[in-house]
Amino acid sequence: MNSSSSGNVGIVIVSHSPKIAEGAADMVRQMVGNAVPLAWTGGDIDGGLGTNVAGILEAIETAWSPAGVAVLVDLGGAETNSEMAVEMLPEDRRARVVVCNAPVVEGAVIAATESSGGSPLAAVKRSAEEFYA
Amino acid sequence: MHDAHASRPGETPVPLTASAVLVNKVGLHARPSIKLTQCAKGFTAKIELALAADGPWTDAKSPVKVMRVKAPQGATLHFRVAGPDGKAALAAVLALVHDGFGEV
Repeated sequence: MNSSSSGNVGIVIVSHSPKIAEGAADMVRQMVGNAVPLAWTGGDIDGGLGTNVAGILEAIETAWSPAGVAVLVDLGGAETNSEMAVEMLPEDRRARVVVCNAPVVEGAVIAATESSGGSPLAAVKRSAEEFYA
Repeated sequence: MHDAHASRPGETPVPLTASAVLVNKVGLHARPSIKLTQCAKGFTAKIELALAADGPWTDAKSPVKVMRVKAPQGATLHFRVAGPDGKAALAAVLALVHDGFGEV
């Protein structure tokens, strides 16, 4: 799933369940629109529940924007694998990818809303994390 | 300091206020909240909303805060706007509310 429109911050959704990841991405598209680069990934490499670093790297690539990428994750492994994926990025991109401390579905919608208004990466992250504030 | 602010050319000296009744069925839930914040973000003016004329005021550019207002259908939304493009901002958010966020 991809739309590389403009210089808005990209959004990546990482869930243990591909259905949740895809569904959350559907919500972003329907509620926020197409002004934000968006990608999702979910499931382990055998198709079971889980996450995998390669899939996350691919999603970051798909949603890449010069303004950076905000990653929304669900539980445990989704977060650690996302952090691992960020570490594996080329150095010039690493600093422009953040993993948000926010609920995956709500955070994705809010992060995308913030991004769609042209906000910088820090503001996108802050807005998504308002859910836990 | 207050005088300096008020005399800045092009700046709205005092906040503009207006209100509109929420007509769409679901009130200010997720989708309308997002439309409202997206609209508000298009302006540099500070835009706030409240359920009463004397507040408490909520930043209309924050989708999380706008959703937390949980304004139901029939509620009167009060807006307070301050900034150089305040007039246009106020007109835009009011139009959105009047149109039921395109849901009616």
